[in-house]
Order: sequence, then structure tokens, then C-alpha cells
Amino acid sequence: MTNGDDTGFSVQPADDDGTVRLSGALTIRTVTEVRNQLKALDPSTLRRIDLSSVSRLDTAGAWVLLSLNRGAETGQIAFTGASAEAESLLNSVQQALPKPEAPPAHDSSFSAWLGQFGQRVYSGLMFLRALTGYLGIFLHRLARAIRHPSEFKLTSLVHHCEEVGLKAVPIVALMAFLIGVVLAFQGSTQLRQFGAEVFVVDLIAISILRELGILLTAIIVAGRTASAFTAAIGSMKMREEIDAMRTLGLDPGMNLFVPRILALLIMLPILGLIANIAGLFGGALMAWIDLGISPAMFTTRLVEGTAVSHVFVGLVKAPVFAMIIGIVGCHAGMQVQSNAESLGRMTSNAVVTAIFAVIVADAVFSIFFARIGI
Amino acid sequence: MSEREVVIKLRGIRNQFGRQVVHEDLDLDVYRGEILGVVGGSGTGKSVLLRTIAGLQKPAAGSVDVLGTDVLNADEDTRQKLESRWGVMFQDGALFSSLTVRENVEVPMRAIPGLDPQIRRDLADLKISMVGLQYLAGDKYPSELSGGMRKRAGLARALALDPDIVFLDEPTAGLDPIGASAFDQLIRGLSHSLGLTVFLVTHDLDTLHATCDRIAVLAERKVLVTGSMADMLEVDHPWVHEYFHGPRARAAVPDKTTKGD
Repeated sequence: MTNGDDTGFSVQPADDDGTVRLSGALTIRTVTEVRNQLKALDPSTLRRIDLSSVSRLDTAGAWVLLSLNRGAETGQIAFTGASAEAESLLNSVQQALPKPEAPPAHDSSFSAWLGQFGQRVYSGLMFLRALTGYLGIFLHRLARAIRHPSEFKLTSLVHHCEEVGLKAVPIVALMAFLIGVVLAFQGSTQLRQFGAEVFVVDLIAISILRELGILLTAIIVAGRTASAFTAAIGSMKMREEIDAMRTLGLDPGMNLFVPRILALLIMLPILGLIANIAGLFGGALMAWIDLGISPAMFTTRLVEGTAVSHVFVGLVKAPVFAMIIGIVGCHAGMQVQSNAESLGRMTSNAVVTAIFAVIVADAVFSIFFARIGI
Repeated sequence: MSEREVVIKLRGIRNQFGRQVVHEDLDLDVYRGEILGVVGGSGTGKSVLLRTIAGLQKPAAGSVDVLGTDVLNADEDTRQKLESRWGVMFQDGALFSSLTVRENVEVPMRAIPGLDPQIRRDLADLKISMVGLQYLAGDKYPSELSGGMRKRAGLARALALDPDIVFLDEPTAGLDPIGASAFDQLIRGLSHSLGLTVFLVTHDLDTLHATCDRIAVLAERKVLVTGSMADMLEVDHPWVHEYFHGPRARAAVPDKTTKGD
């Protein structure tokens, strides 16, 4: 093998003896062309390939020569004139030629489909069961913390309250303010057609207080906090810190889950309240600018026309959303395996699941409240 | 030995990180077709040396000459041409996690103009088989493989273009003794059948003993000494002596060390 990176080669057609002479470089750079030219030769005349003028042969070249013999019915082609190195390369490639194994049979029948479907349903149910299990762990550890306050990590709780609550205030307030603005603007355009502009106050108040304030807050918190829980617990799981905690007699439920989920339980209603206020403020501002409803009139209309029950209907959902977000985040974190891909996968899973579950819960609440007539 | 072709030639290499000098006035020659093992204590810059030769780390001074090309001052085209003539296997394989093993091995081949996709796949399968992985491993993702299989897949990718030189960074670290010794044999066998020059950084005395033709010891910021295993046992330097005569060395090279000690 010489080291010129020459890419030229030539195939001399078979002589009477059935010998094809190859010369030049048989490398990965020429292999496609070599194969095409060799395939173009009449296989019945091909008996021997003379390699004495081949300047460079690599595994790709050796592979293309050897693959001529695969499935050949007219006897094997002999290679002559190969240098010692080329001979040894041909031998090692011959030994290494992969023997294709059939991939595992892919059953596409209806019963297989049904089986897969069943498995999905089953794993979905198992997931719900696991979440319920985490809820149980949380409640149990919380009860234990009440009975043995010394085991409770107050510092950790305060830290997480700051992380999930205080630091989320700007984004939540801004989001709610903009939603209020949008509602006022859209509502006024529609209601103006009926000359019922003033009802925009009811529209804003009811939709924000009852639904949007807390729902959108929960969605933002799910995106921010569920992912943060999963990432934090997941990276601890990855580095075996959780196992280390267990061997040291520290309970992950008490030390990791309780402070996090409890912090969410405390902070999400507060964030919801902030969102309500910011949303009403945004709506009032837009109503003033766009419809000329003065802040005083807005307030009067708000107090007269909107029952306080709307605020409670909204905020009563907050603890449930908080539990969902916290439990989904902690559960996903504990599912992380020892590789980095699973951390990323579980983090995005946690966010999607938490948001989805929050919306489902909200729908259930809506139906429930409609049924009992609040 | 002097008449053999030198494929890697390092002269006066100086590497430093801040004020910490790792290499100073380091010279090293690697000959065609040999397996050179580089050893040294932790922090002596074995991996830094490998990265310097492979062009991943620019030395503060000195020259790196690989296959007759000045790596440090080569233009883009020359460098690219050179890079297709060496392969690097990183410690944990450094496989692209979003690609299957076969696709990983195909990555360097994609740079070859006019290579038929089917041939590319077949050649990737051949490389996967050459490093001793099962055929079906080609369809798996790196996260589904064990550490030893990932290393083998990393080697298959390093060998994808039939390089002249392969750089192996701690090829047997983290493998069990059986897996490590199988990997040693694999390196030896491939080097022989493909005519590879192997630059191997390792801590593993068994690997040194089983695979390497020549050993280079890094200490005191340079290549302190090079030579065969037998030469190493004669060296008087305290660290080298400790390394090749320590209790672990005795287990790896039982016949000679016990006498020399």
C-alpha cells in the first residue's frame, strides 16, 4: 500500500483466460465506480482478478472485491498478484464480512396491534398509579413532618418558595396583564356592535377571576417549575445522590419532595392572586383607553356585577394544580436513568404532562362547578 | 529503527494552561505501523498530548508534523485531507447520541463525494463487524449499548475511512478485565491487518504489555524515555521504576519484574 491519495484506477476487461486486471487505487473514494464497472462485466467470463498493479487497497476496496463472490453461482473468483499486505487485508475483511441477521420479526397483524394498544393503555394506567403513589408518599411524609417537626426542612421550603414563587412573580404578572389587555380589546370590539361596551368589565372579571388567571399561571408554573424539579431531582438521580441519601438513612420523600411540593402549594394561590390583580389592572387600563370606561366606573361595575364567588372558584383550583405540577415534576425526576439523554427526555415529558394534566383538571373543575351551579 | 518512516513528529512542544506548564520542550517520534503506548501519572498531560497531535489543542510553541504535514500551519484544505487520514477514539466513544451506531460510522464517510448510500451502509456494517460488534448493534442507539460496546463503536467510527493513524484515549478504562483484554486483542489484530499506526494513551499496564510495541513515558513535562517493555524495566528514574515495578506491574508482567526487583 502506497500513500498517494490518487483516485485514479482502471479496469481492464477479461482476456481469454477470464482474468480481469485492476490497477490504480481501490479505496473508499473509488469504490462506487469500481463496483459499477465490475458489475458491468459479464460474470460468466470472470474467473480471476489480477491485483498486481493495484497501488492502494483499503477495506472498502477489499470489500467490493470480496462481495463479487457473494451469491456467485459460477464458482468463486480468485484474486491473484496481491501483495502480502493486500492479501492479509483481504483475509481479515473476509473474516469480518457481516452476516446479516434477520431483524426481530415485525408482527403487523391485528392481534399485534391490539397487543401494543393494550400495552399502551396498561402503561398509561401504571403511570397514573405511580403518580397516585407519589401523592401518597407526599401526604404521608407531610403528616410525618407535622408529627415530628424536627425532621421538616424549613430552610429548604423557604428556598423553594423563593424559587417557584417570588422569582415567578414578574413573568406571571406580565402575562396576566397582557391577557387582561387582550380580553378588553377583543371584548370591546365585539360588544360595541351591540352597544354593550360596559359589559366588557364583566367579561374581563369573570374570565380572568374564574379561569384564565389561575389556569395560565399554572401553565407558566408548570413550564418553569415542573422542569426545574425534574432537572434537579433527575441530575441527583443520575449521579446516584438519591441512592447515597437512602444509604445514609435520608428519605428522598421527606428531603426532596415535601419542600418542593409544599412550596408550590403555598405559592401557586399567591401567584394566582397576583395574576388576577394584574389581569384586572390590564383590562381596566385597556377599557379606559379604548372604551373610555374610567377606573372608578370599572371598579363600581366590578364590585356590583361580579360575585366574590368567582374569585374563590378560581383560587380553589390552585392547590390541586400545585399538587399536579409538583408530583409530575418529582415523579419524572425519579424516572431519570444514568444517561444524559433520559434527563432531557424526562424534563420535557414532565412539562408536557404537567401542562396537559393541569388543563384536564381545569376542565373537570368546570364541569363540576357547572353541575353544582356555582 | 532509524530507517522506518516517521508518521508523527513532535518537536519542542510547549503546552500551558495559564501559568501551569504541562509540556515543555517535548519531542516524540511515532513510526509507521507501530503501536505506541503513552503512559504517565495523572496530570502529566497524556490526553493533552493526544489532543495536540490531533489538532484539538494548539501548543504555545513547537511543531507538530503528521504524515509529512505541518498540522499547526496547514491551510483548511490540507488539514481536512489530513483529518481523513487519522481517526480518534475518545474515552467513552463520543458517539453522536441522536444517531444509531451505523449512522455514527457513516458520518465520516458522508464526506466522500459520490459514495453510493447503499455501499456506505454496507461498509459501515463491515466496520461494525470488524470491531467485533454484532450485526444488530448497528441499529441501536449509543444509550442502548454497554460501555465496552460504545468504545468498540467509537473505534469503528474512527476506522471508517481506513486511516493511517488512530488515536485511542484510554481505550480500556472502565472495562472489566475480560472486556479489556478482548479490546487489547482487537487493537492488536486491527493494527496488524490494516497496517495501522496506533497512538494509545493508557493507564492500563496489561494493555501496555499486551498491545504496545513501544512505550513513551511522560514525566517532568516531556517524554522522559521511550522503548519496549523490556527497556522500561531497566530505567532508573524513580517514577518509571515505581510504575513498572510496582505491585500492579508485577501482576501484569510476572516473569521479568520479579527478577528485576
